[in-house]
Amino acid sequence: MSSTDTAATPLAKDGSADSASVEAGLDALETVQAQRTPLSVVLRQKVLPPVLGVVLVLVVWQIAYSLELTTPDKLPSPADVWHSLTELWYAGTLFSIIWTSVWRGLSGFVLSVVIGTPIGLLVARIKPVRAALGPVLSGLQSLPSVAWVPAAIIWLGITNSAMYAVILLGAVPSIANGLISGIDQVPPIYLRAGQTLGATGLRGARHILLPAALPGYLAGLKQGWAFSWRSLMAAELIAASPDLGLGLGRYLENQREFSNMSGVLLGILLILFVGVAIDLLFFSPLERHVLRSRGLLVNSR
Amino acid sequence: MTTALTTSPDAPGAGRPDGDTAVRISHVHKTFGRPGTAAPVLEDINLTVAPGEFVTLLGASGCGKSTLLNLVAGLDKPTSGTIEVPGGRPALMFQDHALFPWLTAGRNIELALRLAGVPKEERRPEAERLLELVRLKGSYRKRVHELSGGMRQRVALARSLAQGSQVLLMDEPFAALDAITRDVLHDEITRIWAEKQLAVLFVTHNVREAVRLAQRVVLLSSRPGRVAKEWRIDLPQPRRIESAGVADLSIEITEELRGEIRRHVQH
Repeated sequence: MSSTDTAATPLAKDGSADSASVEAGLDALETVQAQRTPLSVVLRQKVLPPVLGVVLVLVVWQIAYSLELTTPDKLPSPADVWHSLTELWYAGTLFSIIWTSVWRGLSGFVLSVVIGTPIGLLVARIKPVRAALGPVLSGLQSLPSVAWVPAAIIWLGITNSAMYAVILLGAVPSIANGLISGIDQVPPIYLRAGQTLGATGLRGARHILLPAALPGYLAGLKQGWAFSWRSLMAAELIAASPDLGLGLGRYLENQREFSNMSGVLLGILLILFVGVAIDLLFFSPLERHVLRSRGLLVNSR
Repeated sequence: MTTALTTSPDAPGAGRPDGDTAVRISHVHKTFGRPGTAAPVLEDINLTVAPGEFVTLLGASGCGKSTLLNLVAGLDKPTSGTIEVPGGRPALMFQDHALFPWLTAGRNIELALRLAGVPKEERRPEAERLLELVRLKGSYRKRVHELSGGMRQRVALARSLAQGSQVLLMDEPFAALDAITRDVLHDEITRIWAEKQLAVLFVTHNVREAVRLAQRVVLLSSRPGRVAKEWRIDLPQPRRIESAGVADLSIEITEELRGEIRRHVQH
């Protein structure tokens, strides 16, 4: 055979023009055009229902208030809570309160990622480590991290370090566990394919294992954030010290001490709002992007 | 067994692993579990594939044909015997396309190029060239889930070729495809095999497919897997799977295959 690498041989040319067009036809027939849902549909199907849900809660709340089921100092109206919010806003402290907690929560979370990721990798890939630490990690995940607050205070005093310790103890296990289950669910065929391509050892971890485990890892990060936020609020509620500054948990506890129920409700709503907002702004889009690009997201028409 | 076939072994081309051998399998045994307790999967397999030769391994289930391919690919080690692939790590294609869903079609190929040590600036054009070779020009940015089954296997083929090996192992790569797509891919692999002058070791349980593609068909017996018989096929390429020549030989080989399977009735 006298052909070079790229020139078609006479042998190949014969029937192949015919089969090329069949092939092109098959490709056209079998390719499904992925469609993006129009904005109006997204608004109607994804945005409207939760908004209606919130409105419903407000209506029920207002009705309960109007019927005077209990005294206003136990159940203030939505307007009272709104008033507490505007008060904070005009006092100029609203954002500093939120920021104190969010900064603490996010930096604690980032620290948890830095610590939890290598732990997850080691537990997932090294058998003796897994046998030793796997059950401990699962156990820690079901332990409410508020249980660590007294211990953290005795060890570290009422300090920022105690806050971070509680966040870490809450978030690290769930981040590590997310990565472990992500790695466990990697189809073995990817690892074999990687191996035949020459991706072994660290190159295999970098090019095959970690990207393949990303969906599970992201789910773990998402849960890790929820745990960070919860742990932090518990810690702020319990630990009081002027050194710690005024965060959301402390604000909530202060309002309880003043028996100011609309302030308490505002505190609860702000904690809820921040937790959900960070999830919606950051983790959900990231997760959706990863799943969609892998064809793992079922398009709801 | 002579190795002289349609390719001329006296003129070894550039990049050829060796003058006359692409794969040499000598006295290979394979047993899973502890030797002595479990029945051997492969027993004394001897097989040589010449550079540029297309060989199909044919057998019923349990004949260890995929096991043998894994051994050649280096994914597993033989219990005894040796396997030589002078040109280095061979490329392997699976029944499942095994493309990475977190990468686009083009990036899948580029990853293979990168792992094969191709410099960064050459990867993109080379990936485009390989996509063009499998007639998927313009699919560089496509995600795996956006491609049909046949297109995925062609990207997988391009990714295998990106490894730059002159030996291509194929483990029932078309078994999950519909008959029309499979026909077209038979033409495709025949064309690329001839163009690239690859040595191909192709595993299948489909007799007609084996005859349609190969220069040599090797029948393996089941439990333990042994080389039962070989046929040399001189029909000109590209063949059609419906042609009389392919059909006649398929009948003969099917009879042998059935005979091999019948031997297991008593056991």
